[in-house]
Amino acid sequence: MDTTLLIQALVNGLLIGMVYALISVGLTLIFGLMEIVNFAHGEFLMLAMYAAFWGSVLLHLDPMVSLPLTVAGLGLLGLVTYRGIIAQILRAPMLAQIFATFGLGLFLRGLAQYLWSPNFRTVERPWLGQLSGGTVDLGGVFLGVPQIAAAVLAALAFAALSLFISRTRVGLALQAVAEDRATATLMGIDSNRMFALGWVIGGACVGLAGAVLACFYPITPTVGILFGLMSYIVVALGGFGSVPGALVAGLLVGLVQEASPIVFGVPTTYKYAVVFALYLVVVLIRPQGLFGRF
Amino acid sequence: MDHERAHLEGVLGGRLTRRGMLRLLAAGLSVPTMSLLAACGEASVGDDGGGAAPTATTAGGATATRAPSGSTPAATPGGAGGAAPSGPIRIGVILPLSGVAASVGIDEKAALELAVKIVNEATPDVALPLAATAGLPNLGGAKVELIFADSQGKAEVGQSEAERLITQEKVVALFGCYQSAVTKTASAVAERAGIPFMNGESSSPALTESGYRWFFRTSPHDGDFSKAIMAFIRAMADEKGADVKTVSLLYEDTDFGVNSATALKAEAEAHGLQVVGEVKYKANTTSLTSEVQTLRSQGADVLAPASYTNDAILTIETAKQLGYLPKMIVAQDAGYSDPAFIEGVGAAFAEGIATRSAFSIDITEIKPVAAKVNELYKQATGKNMHDVPARGFTAMMVLLDAINRAGSTEPEAIRQALEATDLGPDDTIMPWKGVKFDEKHQNILGTGVIVQIRNGEYRTVYPFDVATVEPTFPLQPWDQRGS
Repeated sequence: MDTTLLIQALVNGLLIGMVYALISVGLTLIFGLMEIVNFAHGEFLMLAMYAAFWGSVLLHLDPMVSLPLTVAGLGLLGLVTYRGIIAQILRAPMLAQIFATFGLGLFLRGLAQYLWSPNFRTVERPWLGQLSGGTVDLGGVFLGVPQIAAAVLAALAFAALSLFISRTRVGLALQAVAEDRATATLMGIDSNRMFALGWVIGGACVGLAGAVLACFYPITPTVGILFGLMSYIVVALGGFGSVPGALVAGLLVGLVQEASPIVFGVPTTYKYAVVFALYLVVVLIRPQGLFGRF
Repeated sequence: MDHERAHLEGVLGGRLTRRGMLRLLAAGLSVPTMSLLAACGEASVGDDGGGAAPTATTAGGATATRAPSGSTPAATPGGAGGAAPSGPIRIGVILPLSGVAASVGIDEKAALELAVKIVNEATPDVALPLAATAGLPNLGGAKVELIFADSQGKAEVGQSEAERLITQEKVVALFGCYQSAVTKTASAVAERAGIPFMNGESSSPALTESGYRWFFRTSPHDGDFSKAIMAFIRAMADEKGADVKTVSLLYEDTDFGVNSATALKAEAEAHGLQVVGEVKYKANTTSLTSEVQTLRSQGADVLAPASYTNDAILTIETAKQLGYLPKMIVAQDAGYSDPAFIEGVGAAFAEGIATRSAFSIDITEIKPVAAKVNELYKQATGKNMHDVPARGFTAMMVLLDAINRAGSTEPEAIRQALEATDLGPDDTIMPWKGVKFDEKHQNILGTGVIVQIRNGEYRTVYPFDVATVEPTFPLQPWDQRGS
C-alpha cells in the first residue's frame, strides 16, 4: 500500500470527521441537557448553509465574514425553536416530542424548496477556496484550505465549549441541570433558562458548521438529510449527551469512512456500510455508546 | 429519588427507557439506511425523507394545464378504438419534483407543460406536428391534461405513484421518470396494467432491452451514448492528435451509473481504449475524497463519469482539492449536462469538460423550430432549455402525436399508433434523424452528440460535421484558471 495514499486518506478522514463532530455537538448537547433529540438538526445545518450563501449573494459577504452573523442567526433560531416549540412539549409523551422536531424538519425542508427552489447553489469564489488555489500540497498529500479551516474552527469551538462547560458558573449550572434537573432546580438554577441556553449553543455550533461547509459543499434544501443522519450516528456512537463523545465519534466515523476503502480495500460504495457496521458493533458491546454514562 | 424523577418527567420519561428507546430508534434508522446504502443497482438517488413530497404531489393537479371545461369533443371521429374521451385526455407524469434531483425534474415539468400548451392552443409559429391546431384534431380537438406526481427520486415511490395514477386518476398513458431506477419500477406497473408508458429521459439500456410491450423510449440509451463518447475520444486521438489511450470510469451505484459503466467498458474496448480502473460510489454522498484519490492513483488519460448533479459538483470540487486532473473529462450526461453544474463549480472550472448529450442549446443556431421552442421555454422559466427538458418535450410531443393518430384513448390503439410512429428530422427539436421504434420500442433514429463547456455554455464539438466549435485539449490545470 502506498504510504502517501494512506496518509491522504487518514487526513481526509480527520478533516471530514471534524465537520461531522462540529455538526453533532449541538445535537448531543441538547440531548444531554433535556433528553430531546432534535430531528430538525440537519435542517438547521441546511439553513446555516443557505444563510452563508445568501450572505454572499445579497450582502456580498464571504461566508467567513458573515460567519458571526450565521452563528448568531442559528443561535437565535435555536432559541426561537426552544421557546416556540420545545418548551410547550417538555412534559409531553416522547413520541410527541419526536414528531414535533421531525415535523419541524420536514417543514423547514419544504419551506426551503418553496422559497429558494431545489436548485443547487454554491458560494461563488469563497476566500478559503481562493487561498493558495484552495489547496495545500504537503509532499504529495493534498489538503483543501476550506476543509482545514473547517477542522481548525471545529477544534476551536470544541475547546471553547469544553472550557465554558467546565470552567464557568453558567457552564457548571448547565452540567448540574443535565445531571439532575430536580436537584439543580432546588439549588436555585432556572432549568428553563439552561435549556434555552443549550438550544442557543446547539444552534450556534451547527451555524458554524454550516458556514464552513457552504465553502465546499453544494447547497440544496435536502442537504441536511445526509449530514443529519451522520450526526445521529455520531451522537449515538459517542454516547447520547457526551460532548467529548461527539468529537471522538465524529473523528472515528470520518476516519473509517475515508480509510476503509484504502486500508481494507472495501469498495467505496460500501464505505457508509462499514461506518454503520462499526456503529452496530459498538452498541452491541457498549450500548450506551463510547462515552455515554447510562 | 428515581421515583421522584420519573414522576417529574412524566410517565414515559423514565431515564433508562427513554435512552433505550432513542438508541433503538437510532439503530432503526441506521439499519434500513445501511441496507439502502449497501444495495447496489436497486438503490434510488436521494434517500430523502420526502419533506416537500405531499405538497408537490397534490400541487400536480393544480398546476397541470387545465383544459377549458366545455372542451368535450362534439363528434366521435372514426378512430381505431372509437372511444371518445368525455373530458381532457389525462396523462400521468412521474418526475423527481423534490429530493436531490428536483432541479432537473422541475425544469422538465416546465418543458412538458410547454409541450401541452403548444398542442392545446393553436401555435402556428411552431413548426411541429399538432402545433397549428388547438387540441388533438382526430379526437375532436380534445385537450390534454397532465397529472404530475412526485417520485422524490425513489424507485418505490415511483412505483406507488404509477399505481395511483392508473387506478385513481384514470390516466390514459404514463410518462417519466428521469432516474432509470424509478422508470424501471414505474414502467413495470404500466406493463402489468396494460397502459402505454412513454419515456424520453432515462438512459439505462435495460429499460428497453427487457422487451416490454407497453414501454417506449424516444431518447438514445447509454449504449448509443457510450458509443458516441468513446468514438469522440478515439477521434480526438486519431484526428486531433490528442495523446489519450487510457480511461477511468467513475459511476454512481444506481441503475443509471451501473448500466452506463457496463456500456462504457464495452465501447472503450471496441474503440481500442484501455479501461485502467473503475470507481463505483454511493450516490449522493457527503464526500468523494477516497473515490477521487483512487482515480488519481489510476492516472488514466480520460475520466468518464456518470453522476447526478450533486455528485458531479462534488467530484470537481474534490478534484481541485486533491490536485486530480485527467487530460480529458467526458461525462455520461446527467449531472454534467445540468446548467446547475456549471453554476455550481463556476464557469472557469467547468471550462473544457465535455459530456454526451442529446440536445445542446446551440442546436437553435441550425434548427429554427428548436430556437422557437427555446424562446417559449425561456419566457416561461427564464432559462434556456437543456438536455433533459428537451428530451422530455420531444417524448411528450411523440406521445401526443400517437394519441392523435390513434384517434382514441384506448390503450391498445395508442400502443399500435406508437409502434407505427414515423417522424422525420424536421418533426422534432432534436438533432435527430427522427423517431421510429424498433421491436423493443427503442427509437432507432436518435443520436447523441458530445458537447463541451466553453465560457459557461454547452457547445457541440462532436460529431465534427455538426460541431459549432473546435474541441479544446487538454484540460487546463485547476490553479491556472481565471481569477
